Amino acid sequence: MLLTAGLISALAVLCLLSAGIGAYHIPLGDVLSSVQHRAGLGGAALDRVGESVLWNVRLPRVVLALLVGASLGCAGALMQGVFGNPLAEPGVIGISAGAAAGAVAAIGLGLTLFGNWTVTVFAFVAGLGTVLLVYALSRSGGRTEVVTLILTGIAVNAFAGALIGLFIFFADNAQITQITFWQLGSLAQATWPKVLAVLPCAVAGLVAAPFYARRLDLLALGERPARHLGVDVERLRIVLVLVVALLTAAAVAVAGIISFVGLLVPHLLRMANGPGHRFLVPGSALGGAVVLLAGDLAARTVAAPAELPLGVLTALFGSPFFFWLLRRTRRRQGGWA
Amino acid sequence: MSRTRAASLRGLFAARSRALPPPVSPGCPVAEAHGLGVRLGGREVLGGIDLTARAGEVLALVGPNGAGKSTLLAALAADLRPDQGEVRIGGRPVDAWSAPELALRRSVLPQAATLSFPFPVEDVVRMGRAPWAGTALEDEDGAAVAEAMAATEVTAFAPRPFSALSGGERARVALARVLAQRAPLLLLDEPTAALDLRHQELVLRICRERARAGDAVVIVLHDLGLAAAHADRTAVLHDGRIAAEGPPAEVFRDALLSRVYRQPVEVFPHPRTGVPLVVPKRLS
Repeated sequence: MLLTAGLISALAVLCLLSAGIGAYHIPLGDVLSSVQHRAGLGGAALDRVGESVLWNVRLPRVVLALLVGASLGCAGALMQGVFGNPLAEPGVIGISAGAAAGAVAAIGLGLTLFGNWTVTVFAFVAGLGTVLLVYALSRSGGRTEVVTLILTGIAVNAFAGALIGLFIFFADNAQITQITFWQLGSLAQATWPKVLAVLPCAVAGLVAAPFYARRLDLLALGERPARHLGVDVERLRIVLVLVVALLTAAAVAVAGIISFVGLLVPHLLRMANGPGHRFLVPGSALGGAVVLLAGDLAARTVAAPAELPLGVLTALFGSPFFFWLLRRTRRRQGGWA
Repeated sequence: MSRTRAASLRGLFAARSRALPPPVSPGCPVAEAHGLGVRLGGREVLGGIDLTARAGEVLALVGPNGAGKSTLLAALAADLRPDQGEVRIGGRPVDAWSAPELALRRSVLPQAATLSFPFPVEDVVRMGRAPWAGTALEDEDGAAVAEAMAATEVTAFAPRPFSALSGGERARVALARVLAQRAPLLLLDEPTAALDLRHQELVLRICRERARAGDAVVIVLHDLGLAAAHADRTAVLHDGRIAAEGPPAEVFRDALLSRVYRQPVEVFPHPRTGVPLVVPKRLS
């Protein structure tokens, strides 16, 4: 399909650009040749500095951006399908904040229960708890109304913010720096071990998600009609809520709070190609990766040599979009009432 | 050749995983309620209901607002668990079927058709074929969708988004989805509520055709005239119980309807067809 091909080629171009552009410039040809060399397909290694910049700084960051972006985009598409509500997004309804509160708790309390995995595990458990909480609080009669969902999001965001504030209050300076990173959202601390830490979560979620696409289409009819068509709705929901928590936690654990990607990407794709989830779910993963890669490239080049926090950048562009979406939904429904 | 092998493999797999419903001969019970009782919010909504939907028959559920028609339909559809008694579909208690198995045996039209995302009309109708995915009857998908859309006269808006349709058009699209499912039991909750005169008749004609083809149709109706003209049997519900059951010509009596609806009515035969007409008693 044309759109898929476009997204994939945009992704490839952005990968190459991100690998080359930066404080230490690496020409495109050199990037390709070094990658070829490592893959054992000819090519040649760069000089010592170039090789180190490319393989220890740039590429882990590119891979991390791909994983985080794909996770966020896919989680957004799934969440909107499960809630039957186009405004559901891990950031908007407070799941990212919940996961971040878990991560910050792990940092603030200096926990090392699970070694390298501690922060990821805490982010995951807190994210899962938040998903379940929001889910239980915002549903009534098998539907989630926009107002209920947004208000629940406000409450959950406020509570998670308060927890994060509490941990900041008791944290020392080094911990505060680390915590601030969570709140702003950034890929600046990308390393291969971090990539490996999120890889299982992200890949498991991304691989599982497309299998539920057809059932998500049916869920758009409502809970009962979906059951009449043979969908085990309760099980579908629980599995997908787990997948969303998995994806969100993976993203938040390494990159902090990066909001609006999961809202923006599925929406644009739905406008371009209709609401069918068989394209939307994998397409949103692809689109999320493109958006985050482009965002990260912008974040570290726009104000060079300084680096903007990525989460700030996505929120800067995402918020007006969210506002527009609210207006549109309101107009279609003829008010909130 | 590889296509046929794939199809036969698929058929083999489907036959093992899910038994397709066997054809039922006319007059045999498809859905049965025995001693059914339902309480909602501490109030008895249904009590002591015994009702059978038979293959080849249109059964109309009528009664005043709040009599329990929709609750009874929901219980037959296995949407809610009865507090007393049981519901059987295809000879087995509904609890014994899994959701995918049940979807091959009954289709349900809800009172209001909603859709969270703007799918085009044809995709919505095609959703009705989802239960057959992976079975031998999957090959009928295209034909079933086209036939259902033609029968409900929605073919013309196939590419339009569902959300852009009027209430009556949405109701017909929802019905087309239910017809495309081709289940041997159709449970329809007020399919005519949003429709104009022509399409009300159309929907009831479709119900009769489906019954003639061997399906069991249970339909909640407000219009007693439609029920009298098209149903083989009617059940009059009153305060959660069946006040009368039988062919409309026998059941629709002045005294019964006046009492149940708390509105004096007169019933008289149509001068040409002899079908009972129900008219409220007016002073002048």
